Amino acid sequence: MKDSIAARYWRTNLKIMAVLLLIWAIAGFGLGIIGAPTLNQIRLGGFPLGFWFAQQGSIIVFVLLIAVYAALMNRVDDRYHRELQEERSGEAGK
Amino acid sequence: MSVSAWTYLFVGLSFSLYLGIAWRSRVRDTRGFFVAGRGVPAMANGMATAADWMSAASFISMAGLISMMGYSGGVYLMGWTGGYVLLALLLAPYLRKFGKFTVPDFIGDRYDSNIARVVAVLCAVFISFVYVAGQMRGVGVVFSRFLEVDINVGVIIGMAIVFVYATLGGMKGITWTQVAQYWVLITAFLVPAIAISIRLTGHALPQVGMGAELLDSASGGGVYLLDKLNQIHADLGFASYTDAFASQRWNRLNVGLTALALMVGTAGLPHVLVRFYTVKNVKAARWSAFWALFFISMLYLTAPATAAFARYYMIDSLQGQSRQELPAWFESWEQTGLIAWFDDGDNRLRYSAGDDNEVFRSGSMAAAHMQALATSHQRWLDGAGGEDARPELREAGLSGPDRDIIVLATPEMAGLSAWIIALMAAGGLAAALSTASGLLLVVSSSVAHDLYYRIINPQASEAKRLAVGRATIGLAVVIAGIFGIYPPGFVAEVVAFAFGLAAASFFPALVMGIFSRRVGTVPAVSGMVIGIGFTAAYIIGNRFFGMPAWCFGISAQAIGSVGMLLNFAVALLLVPFCKPPGPAVQQLIDRIREPEGSGPGVDIETAAGQ
Repeated sequence: MKDSIAARYWRTNLKIMAVLLLIWAIAGFGLGIIGAPTLNQIRLGGFPLGFWFAQQGSIIVFVLLIAVYAALMNRVDDRYHRELQEERSGEAGK
Repeated sequence: MSVSAWTYLFVGLSFSLYLGIAWRSRVRDTRGFFVAGRGVPAMANGMATAADWMSAASFISMAGLISMMGYSGGVYLMGWTGGYVLLALLLAPYLRKFGKFTVPDFIGDRYDSNIARVVAVLCAVFISFVYVAGQMRGVGVVFSRFLEVDINVGVIIGMAIVFVYATLGGMKGITWTQVAQYWVLITAFLVPAIAISIRLTGHALPQVGMGAELLDSASGGGVYLLDKLNQIHADLGFASYTDAFASQRWNRLNVGLTALALMVGTAGLPHVLVRFYTVKNVKAARWSAFWALFFISMLYLTAPATAAFARYYMIDSLQGQSRQELPAWFESWEQTGLIAWFDDGDNRLRYSAGDDNEVFRSGSMAAAHMQALATSHQRWLDGAGGEDARPELREAGLSGPDRDIIVLATPEMAGLSAWIIALMAAGGLAAALSTASGLLLVVSSSVAHDLYYRIINPQASEAKRLAVGRATIGLAVVIAGIFGIYPPGFVAEVVAFAFGLAAASFFPALVMGIFSRRVGTVPAVSGMVIGIGFTAAYIIGNRFFGMPAWCFGISAQAIGSVGMLLNFAVALLLVPFCKPPGPAVQQLIDRIREPEGSGPGVDIETAAGQ
């Protein structure tokens, strides 16, 4: 049974990672580079939006992404670690 | 007090601070020496990583580079920050859970091969030396510009300081001095940026000021700074500041691949990776990746604003001025060769992208030759023979001011007092020294731990290993200093090399090592060797032997992305033909993938596991 807890943990981890990396790619490459000429036609105050994403927005998104990852994964770690402990102590009790 | 008196004061104070910290954090064992005893709190490690990461180039040159490149400068901003997302999500927690001393340690153990270990050691040492050469030079340059000391004397002073705190305290000493160095460098960077923002736009936050309207009514107040900049650029024949892909060199493919290569390279740089071994546990590793990028973003979000302000202000205050009307800072920086004016005879300075440009820099041209050009140009102006120097300088690619002037002269442009200018010197030195020490530790740990202890003499005692560690870091400082005094004339090129190699070697090897159970010794080593080989051949061929950029016109800076993909492709293609890693390695993979709890019980558990 130990495998299944570890496997579920690993799947959760991969899912969180995939979503966050997708946002990473969209913010950096999608908005900051590929879509920059189009976004530049929209303005954010004195900034053309594509330019803003390339020099400011993407960095802000990156910082937030790591914060979300750390908070989320540390909680997930705690939960699965507890499950593992309970299972191990259950086995030891038999 | 004069600028140089203030500079001596600040540099002296900051250096004694670093030495004091080093004395307090001296170490007695290899755990302290190589991974700071694994006791660094997440936030402090984040600060140390930020200082480690932000080099003399980030501090002095990056804003200037963005200033000259406009939109395309974003490539460096995104590339050097986006890599931390990869680092945080794909590498840092797992390397911490693995919990040895170095990056080659992981590669050698995971791929169960001393060949892989040696390849990794060679890459780590090479990347670090390439990088450190630039830092030592940076120390010398800061000394010579601010204190009028000979560059070589500056390098030797820098060497002496690093030598003391690196050999005494190893990683522990380096970490805590880096924390102090972070504050010195970030203060020095932010104060002038805020001052120039207030002066031009009235906003204290440079990030807001950059998108705000100009105050100055004479040059059309009420116009957005960036609009004004675009208009000036159009008038002078430069490419638009905010438009994407305005030049052929920075087309969409090259911008994208350069950003990717810098990101992946960042995530694969050994001196950044080892920092995550120094924290207490996996949770702290995750938070410390956040803090690292948070502290880095303080500088990286400000640099583009400084770039835009200084670009506007520089052109606005110089254009069309006569020799008598030029601001005082122009003359002081003219002496350093960072900016030079070759008039066409009308005594009005003109800076443009065309043939009538009169602003140049001395760049890599020999000072004596530059002097001869200036003399002959002056004779030409006076109608006494001589020759117009501008075509030759234009041919040599020396049009426009040196990019370093953007950061170095910002305090003077903003009309700040002498002590702020002195603070810049201390900041530049902090940036260069912190990065240099982090890199030197990688060299030392690669040689003393991976090569000596893991391969040559596994029976070595603790005391002996520590002694070898101290000796190699001392030796590495001396070699780095020699590189600083006799710089290889291609420092800028080799930095692209360092990122390319890190992207094409470490990053794929580490990611596959963590996320695949099937990739074994042969695919991983083949991938690394082919990735490095291709990247190295392309960069060397393109930069030194005039080889055309045959691979879809991809520039040398961006080729690391291709090298990385090649590494992945080769390794994954070979997997079906090779046998999977043995049970010991499978256990290692299981262990680094296990969730880690928190609380005192877990701390004891993890401490016992190491």
